[in-house]
Amino acid sequence: MIPSDDLAADPDVPDRGVGGEKAGRRRTSTGGLVRSLRIGAPVLPFLVYVLLGLGIPTFVIVNLAFRSDTGRLTLANMKTVLSGGQYQLGFETSIKLALVTSIIPGVLGTLLAYAIATSKFESLKRAVATASGVLANFGGVNLAFMFVAAFGTVGLATSWLAHIGLNPWNYGFNLYRFSGVALVYMYFQIPLMVLVITPALSGLRPAWREAAHNLGASTWRYWRHVGLPVLMPSVLGCMFLLFGSGFSAYATTEALTGGTIALTPIQIGAFLSGNVISGEQNIGYALGFSMIVLLLVSVVGYVLLQRRASRWLR
Amino acid sequence: MASLVLEYSVEEVPPLVAEPGTRRKIRWGRGLVLVVALAYFIIPVYASVDFALQNNLGQFSFVTLKAIPSQPGLGAALWLSARLAILTMAITLVLMVPTVIYVHWRMPRFRRVMEVITILPIVIPPIVLILGVLDAAPLWLKASPYMLSLIYVVLAMPFVYRSLDAGLNALDLKTLVEASRSLGAGWISTMRRVLMPNLRSALLSAGVLTAALVLGEFTMASLDLWQTLPVWIVNFSGTNPHVATAVAMFSLLGTWFLLLFIVALDRSNSRKRRKIRA
Repeated sequence: MIPSDDLAADPDVPDRGVGGEKAGRRRTSTGGLVRSLRIGAPVLPFLVYVLLGLGIPTFVIVNLAFRSDTGRLTLANMKTVLSGGQYQLGFETSIKLALVTSIIPGVLGTLLAYAIATSKFESLKRAVATASGVLANFGGVNLAFMFVAAFGTVGLATSWLAHIGLNPWNYGFNLYRFSGVALVYMYFQIPLMVLVITPALSGLRPAWREAAHNLGASTWRYWRHVGLPVLMPSVLGCMFLLFGSGFSAYATTEALTGGTIALTPIQIGAFLSGNVISGEQNIGYALGFSMIVLLLVSVVGYVLLQRRASRWLR
Repeated sequence: MASLVLEYSVEEVPPLVAEPGTRRKIRWGRGLVLVVALAYFIIPVYASVDFALQNNLGQFSFVTLKAIPSQPGLGAALWLSARLAILTMAITLVLMVPTVIYVHWRMPRFRRVMEVITILPIVIPPIVLILGVLDAAPLWLKASPYMLSLIYVVLAMPFVYRSLDAGLNALDLKTLVEASRSLGAGWISTMRRVLMPNLRSALLSAGVLTAALVLGEFTMASLDLWQTLPVWIVNFSGTNPHVATAVAMFSLLGTWFLLLFIVALDRSNSRKRRKIRA
C-alpha cells in the first residue's frame, strides 16, 4: 500500500497529482512518468474498485439507453421517455415531489440546525446529530410503516386530528398518494438538511453579530444584511442536494404505495421486475440515463454553490 | 478545498452562542422550533409503539411483541442483513482508509479528484445503479447475496470519504508519520498505533453510518431479490401489519441507540485520554 522510503525524502513530491497534472506535463522523460506512476500506484485499488462498481454499470446504462431491442443505435428510447405518456408524467411528478421535499425541508432543516447549534445542551446536540444520521441514511421503509401507524386512515395522529374536527383525510390528504409520500419524505429530508447545513452554520462567527450590534443593528437587520447573505449559498446548495435525494428515493414510495404512484424510480423498479413491453426492452435504461442527467445538474449546482459559500465560511 | 463539505459525520460543532445581551430575544424562538421538531419526530414513533401494543381487534395487548421472535423468515433476514453490514464495513475499511490516508499524505492535489469521485454515487443513485449492475455483473457474482455488499461500499463512499477527510484535516499527518517513522516504527505499527487512535472518531462515525445504510437499504436488495430485513418487513406487512410495524420501529430505534451508545463511548474515552495527558 505504502511506497518505499526513498520517496519520502523527496521534498516536492507531495504537491504532485497522479501524473496528469501540470507538473506531469512538463516532465516528458519516461523516468518522470514511472515515478509519478509509482507515487500514484497505492490509489489504484480504489480507482479499480470505483471503475468496476460504478464506472462499468454506468457505461452499460448509458450504452443501452441508446440501443434498440436488436442492439442498433437509436434515439427511440429517449423519445419515448421524454415525449408525453406515462414516462413524462413520471418525470413531472418526480420533479414536483423533489421540489416540494427540498424547499420545505431546506427551510425547516436550517431553522432546526440553527436552533440546535446555538443550544447549550450537549446531549441534545448529540441526540439530534445521531438521529439525523440514522434518519437520513437508514432508508425509508421503516418510516413508511411508522407513518401508516400514525397518519393512515385509522392511524393514531389521524384519530387525534379527527377528534378536533381536522381529519386530514377529509381535506384532500392521502397517505398513499402525493401528499402522503411528500410528508414521509420530509422525515428523512429534514435530518439530511440538518446534517449538511450544520458545518456552514458553524462558520457564522459570533464576532460578526457582535460587530453588527455594536454598529447599532437590530437582530432583524443583522440577519437581513449579514447572516442570510452569508448563509444563502450554503442553504441553496444543500437544497440542490436534497432535490437529488428526493428525486432518486425509491424505497419509501414503494413500501408505502406498493408502486401505484407514477414516479420515475418506481417505473425503473417496475421495469426491473419484468414489466416490459416488446419494442421497449431498453426503456428502463433510458429512464436511468435521464435521471443521471438531472442528478448531475443538481450535484453540479450543489458543488458550485458550496464553492461560492466557502468564500465566507471557513 | 472546502468546496464539497458534505459532512455526514457526527462531530460536534462549536457553540454559536452570541454575547449574553442578545440571548433573551432568540431563546423562545429556538424553544418553539425545538418543541415543534420534537413533536413532529416523536408522533410517528409513538403511534408505532401504540400500534405494536395492539392485537388485531385494536385492544391493548403484548401479543405482537411476543410473536416477533417466532416470525418465519425474520431471523434469516436479520442474519443476512448483519452479514452484509459486517462485510461492507470490512471492505470499506480496507479499501478506503489506506487510500484516503495515502492521498492526504503524498498526493494532496488528488483530493479534488477524490471529492469528485466520491460524490458520484449521489449522481448515480441505487435505483439507477442496480440497473447497470444487474446487467453487467457476471452470473456467479449475481448468484451471491454478497454482491450487495460490494455495491454498498460504493453507496457509502460519499460520507465515508468526507468523514475520513475531515478527520485527517484535523491532524498534522506529515509530522505524525515522520515522527513515528524516525522512532523506528514500521508502516503497520504507524497505522495501528499512531493513525488509527487519532482517527477513531472519524472511523467510528463512518463505520456506524455505513452499518445504518446497509441495515436499512431496501432498493437494491429487493430488486436483486434478496430478503434482507427491510425487504422482509415489506413482504411480511400484508400477513401481519402489527408485527411488521413493530419490527420497523425497533430496527430504526435500535440503530439510533447503537449510534448514540458508540458516540457516548467515544466521548467518554477521549475525555479519559485527555485527563491522562494533562
